[in-house]
Amino acid sequence: MPHAVAVTVNGTSYPREIEPTLLLVEYLRETLGLTGTHVGCDTSQCGACTVLVDGRATKACTMLAVQADGAEVITIEGLAKNGDMHPIQRAFAKEHALQCGFCTPGLMITAVDFLERNPSPSDAEIRHAIKGNLCRCTGYHNIVNAIRSASAEMRQSAGARPKVAAEVKR
Amino acid sequence: MTASTTPTYIGARVARKEDPRLITGEGTFTDDVTLPGMAYLTLVRSPHAHARIRRIDTTAAKKEPGVVAVFTGKDLEATGMLPVFITVPSMSGSKHMPIATDKARYAGDAVAAVVADSREAAKRAADLIAVDYEPLPIVVDAMKALEPGAPIVHEELGSNLVFTYPVKGGDIDKAFKDAEVKISQRIVNQRLIPNAIEPRAVTAKFEAGELTLWSTTQIPHFVQLIAALNLGLGQNKVRVIAPEVGGGFGSKLQVYAEELLVGFLAKTLGRPVKWTEERREGYLATIHGRDHVSDVELAAKRDGTILGLRVRTVANVGAYLQAFAPGIPTILHVFIVPGAYRIPAFDYEMRGAYTNTTPVDAYRGAGRPEAAYLIERMVDRLADEIRMDPAEVRRKNFIAADAFPFNTISGITYDSGNYEPALDRALAMADYKGFEKRRAEAKTRGNYRGIGISSYVEICGLAPSKVNAALGVGWGGYESARIRVHATGSVQVFTGTSPHGQGHETSWAQIAADALGISPNDIEVRHGDTFESPGMGVGTFGSRSLAVGGVAVHKAAEKVREKVVQIGAHLLEASPADVVVAGGKVFVKGVPEKAKNFGDISMAAYLANNLPEGMEPGLEATVYYDPPNFTFPFGTHIAEVEIDGETGTVQIVKYSACDDCGRQINPMIVEGQLHGGITQGIGQALYEGAVYDSDGQLLSGSMMEYHVPTAEDVPPFDLDSTETLTNTNPLGVKGIGEAGTIGSTPAAVNAVIDALSPLGIKHLDMPLTPEKLWRAIRASGEGRR
Amino acid sequence: MITHPFTYQAPTTIEEAVRALGGAGEAKVIAGGHSLLPLMKLGLAQPEMLVDLRRIASLGEIRTEADGTIAIGALATHRVITHDQTVRAKLTALAEAAGEVGDLQVRARGTIGGSLAHADPAADEPAPTIAFDATIRAVGPKGQRDIRARDYFKGTFETALAANEILVEIRFPAQPARTGSAYAKFAHPASRFAVTGVAAVVTIKSDGSVERAALGVTGAAAAAYRATEAERALTGTKGDAKAIAAAAAKAADGITALSDLVASSEYRKHLVTVYARRAIERAIERARA
Ligand SMILES: Cc1cc2nc3c(=O)[nH]c(=O)nc-3n(C[C@H](O)[C@H](O)[C@H](O)COP(=O)(O)OP(=O)(O)OC[C@H]3O[C@@H](n4cnc5c(N)ncnc54)[C@H](O)[C@@H]3O)c2cc1C
Ligand code: FES
Ligand code: FES
Repeated sequence: MPHAVAVTVNGTSYPREIEPTLLLVEYLRETLGLTGTHVGCDTSQCGACTVLVDGRATKACTMLAVQADGAEVITIEGLAKNGDMHPIQRAFAKEHALQCGFCTPGLMITAVDFLERNPSPSDAEIRHAIKGNLCRCTGYHNIVNAIRSASAEMRQSAGARPKVAAEVKR
Repeated sequence: MTASTTPTYIGARVARKEDPRLITGEGTFTDDVTLPGMAYLTLVRSPHAHARIRRIDTTAAKKEPGVVAVFTGKDLEATGMLPVFITVPSMSGSKHMPIATDKARYAGDAVAAVVADSREAAKRAADLIAVDYEPLPIVVDAMKALEPGAPIVHEELGSNLVFTYPVKGGDIDKAFKDAEVKISQRIVNQRLIPNAIEPRAVTAKFEAGELTLWSTTQIPHFVQLIAALNLGLGQNKVRVIAPEVGGGFGSKLQVYAEELLVGFLAKTLGRPVKWTEERREGYLATIHGRDHVSDVELAAKRDGTILGLRVRTVANVGAYLQAFAPGIPTILHVFIVPGAYRIPAFDYEMRGAYTNTTPVDAYRGAGRPEAAYLIERMVDRLADEIRMDPAEVRRKNFIAADAFPFNTISGITYDSGNYEPALDRALAMADYKGFEKRRAEAKTRGNYRGIGISSYVEICGLAPSKVNAALGVGWGGYESARIRVHATGSVQVFTGTSPHGQGHETSWAQIAADALGISPNDIEVRHGDTFESPGMGVGTFGSRSLAVGGVAVHKAAEKVREKVVQIGAHLLEASPADVVVAGGKVFVKGVPEKAKNFGDISMAAYLANNLPEGMEPGLEATVYYDPPNFTFPFGTHIAEVEIDGETGTVQIVKYSACDDCGRQINPMIVEGQLHGGITQGIGQALYEGAVYDSDGQLLSGSMMEYHVPTAEDVPPFDLDSTETLTNTNPLGVKGIGEAGTIGSTPAAVNAVIDALSPLGIKHLDMPLTPEKLWRAIRASGEGRR
Repeated sequence: MITHPFTYQAPTTIEEAVRALGGAGEAKVIAGGHSLLPLMKLGLAQPEMLVDLRRIASLGEIRTEADGTIAIGALATHRVITHDQTVRAKLTALAEAAGEVGDLQVRARGTIGGSLAHADPAADEPAPTIAFDATIRAVGPKGQRDIRARDYFKGTFETALAANEILVEIRFPAQPARTGSAYAKFAHPASRFAVTGVAAVVTIKSDGSVERAALGVTGAAAAAYRATEAERALTGTKGDAKAIAAAAAKAADGITALSDLVASSEYRKHLVTVYARRAIERAIERARA
């Protein structure tokens, strides 16, 4: 039986009738056509599907779309604001933190959530934070560099830039 | 590199051209392709590792709402067999249908197919297909598969022996007779699961007699060729597109059943069809890698001089021969086993065996990690035996810098090399001299600390077509490139390579930019579309792309450049010898103020009303480059580990490497390749391993059981490089895609064994998991309980 | 992909939720969904109805009551528990256990109520829950009842909770002064669950000796358990290295240890003793601080 839900994705509310079986990642990719969020596994390990749900990095493959009714979702497509890239995006490119790019959206989203809460992380903390995101290409070395470098930029511009991952309690 | 070009972009850390779309979510991967009216394919896979298919009842499945069609193997025989591209002497090839018709030969072998309006409906219907199996005896272990009386995977072949591949050089008997030290060691190179983070997927449509097939492939042209041949279509009617591909590491270096099935079904059903692998399905149905068991004997003198090496290996190829499977344990393995050393006598016999397991083919390094691991472990065993510093044993046996080109005892020719500087630099980076102090400190913490060296050589740049032919590779090893300069001066490079993370769009642009005297920003590199590329491309694997495909781009760019010079000379009324092409300008040496823009020249080429006498209009060049030899990169990797004395947990505390891949086009990309490669190699050393039970069930069957390294499992990497050019190609480039994987595994294992050597431990098989080390420590009598 | 259909509702009160659970067909509560949805995706759970608790606001709260009891609502996520100042200060082992659950994303969705209701033998939070002698409060058609944590865990995926009951909160009694706690975990490298996790709660006397010790162990056996032999061995000692080691050595006594590809039962038992020692050491250190 379809349910009427409205999920706000990247600032736009999408009222849709959906089946309860639909996973959030399927809703984003198939219902809305936002294919920047990827699926890399079927056991919730890889993190390729990570999006922000009410400001929290969430594996969209392990959440029903109906559970996101009324929520604010930010996907990779919504990370840049008016063509202005988020510091994490710039840092990933600058530090060569991506190769095939498949894991990249999920990693950047996790990093955004993490950095909003921990603006000056140690490398060990960074590595711990991205443990739920598997990358088979980069060996993580440059990803850690990118997150560290983004953290510096975000600290500098804090206040000037609206939080992408402002945590909403629901 | 030709003298006419001064590198501006080659060697620079140019930011990647592919990144803007990938960091914004705009890249299109195969599963992102959705077409109107699309249907979805799901395959039913055998739960049994070996079973005769008695009957398949599809009645209930056909009635499931949303089902379009249900097929068994017999219905789909028209797709033809899956190809094998390499033949080795006396090879016993298997018949491999996309859907098994007679029996399932491994758990995961496809036995039926469902097409439905949605993925969910297809899956529901698949669950309703009742297959009546007659379970057969199972063989999982390759050694056992070759014993008399073993269950036979392919009855028509009479045995499980795929091939026997002997390679000999020198007088092995004499080597062992003269030996002062003999070391025998069984060395197991365990089976790995590639785990590219993007699962495989195929999407196809058939319109107006033309099949368009998107696939997660490293070799779109091979897929095109086989799809055309097998499906009875003109090659001009099959367009294969490898869009963004989310990593491959060899696992997408196949023509897979699903590619032929989706193509066939799109054509037959008249509507687009998509198949997307689920991860656990991929663990069964996407190729695995490695899986060798070797008995190795080394003969040496007490002073550390290696006299001879005798190896008997059985390689588990799994249930069927896949595309490149026969070449991996043979051509890409046996010849490189002597590694960086001058070994006077060599006797290797490699045998391949069929088993009731997932087929094994290329996984990053493919044959060479097995070789480097084997020789580098043996060198450490020797060092331990004669109580000599492992660095010095290596140094003692290294092929001398002045001995290149060097003919190895296994019968190949190394292009160039200079092994000591890389070793020395790595030793310095690792503070090798200061290590014993750190070992002692660790001991006070109750821990074991070790340091491990690996000095590898590998084979890149597959491959000279003539060598291919001699070795039984059923295809040329060239690569193609076309450069098209439009009238306005915009440049497109079409390459036959098919990158999936390697950054060819950037590196190829750098190469072309230097030849054409323009900026890489003005060059667009296009790949992975068989309707755009030059007639045939070979693809991206075996660290071949740069040394073959990149060189093809260079050569094509040189051709274009030559024409630019001719036209420029004509327009500037100068001699071609005096014409300079640089900075987007064309001018006479010494008079840059009177320059023509690059775009003026290209416009002239197309206006064609003022060209040198007899010159064809247009500005375009196509090159098929076939290299004269492989290339042989090398380097030294050093891992330092600390083992928790109580739990056996290993931590890599420092990792240093000095690699030499010849000229580096983009050092940033080179380092990235190394980081990823090293991590996969550490994965093999410490974490990863496919585990089957005796019933052929894959116990490590998902990402919940199989340990793909996370960010917390690997250290930061300290990298340096030396540059020994090759004269195999004009760019002097070798290849770096697999070096990290090849160098790191033995370094990590040698470090762990070094840490435990005070306990008398001489060897342990990978992966070196905590429990394994804990047991070893305890068995040595040292472990605190 | 979930292939079997189900209906879904998200009531706003506990009573409504209980009523929905009691309706026709197999109904299941969904909280964070991080145990349930993976099972449903694999087809291993096929409920006919899901009752989502997310709209019941009261279930997400963490309160300190007048007597010092800390009541953690069932919907409190691992993430919230990890960062909650009260929990960090008073129930350190719980904050540490929550902080070690899975990964950042899992902690953002998964809840303590879900973890305790699911009772995975390798889940982290059961260990501190039993070590702190918490009480599980459930509401069913017959009203509310409290279950002692020690009586709550019955076996693998088995609890004292009835199918039509909702776990509403976990009540942690106030800990005496000079109490310290810690959680030490050996994680499964791939699944990230506990191969072994030990929560130690130790109260010391003013002379530094051990007044009371509680050890909750997870990951090692069919269900989380209290290592009573070890607790007894530690109590009354000086809490020095020797006493700790002797006590920790008993932490796996009498259990039937689990076994898998990562750890055989023998190795698991060994890990329990090592991690028990590490947890006790840190707990005592904190109790003394
Ligand atoms: C990749 C991954 C890694 C993980 N790693 C760990 C780990 O390291 N350690 C660990 O402890 N856990 C781990 N988990 C599990 C995670 O902690 C879950 O969040 C938790 O076990 C269940 O909480 P939930 O809110 O998600 O419950 P749900 O999945 O929503 O529910 C689980 C079960 O409990 C029932 N239930 C839930 N809430 C209630 C309630 N209030 N009353 C009655 N019944 C209820 C449901 O009906 C269902 O049967 C991991 C999960 C994933 C996906
Ligand atoms: S797709 Fe792998 S965690 Fe969601
Ligand atoms: S860049 Fe390929 S998986 Fe991370």
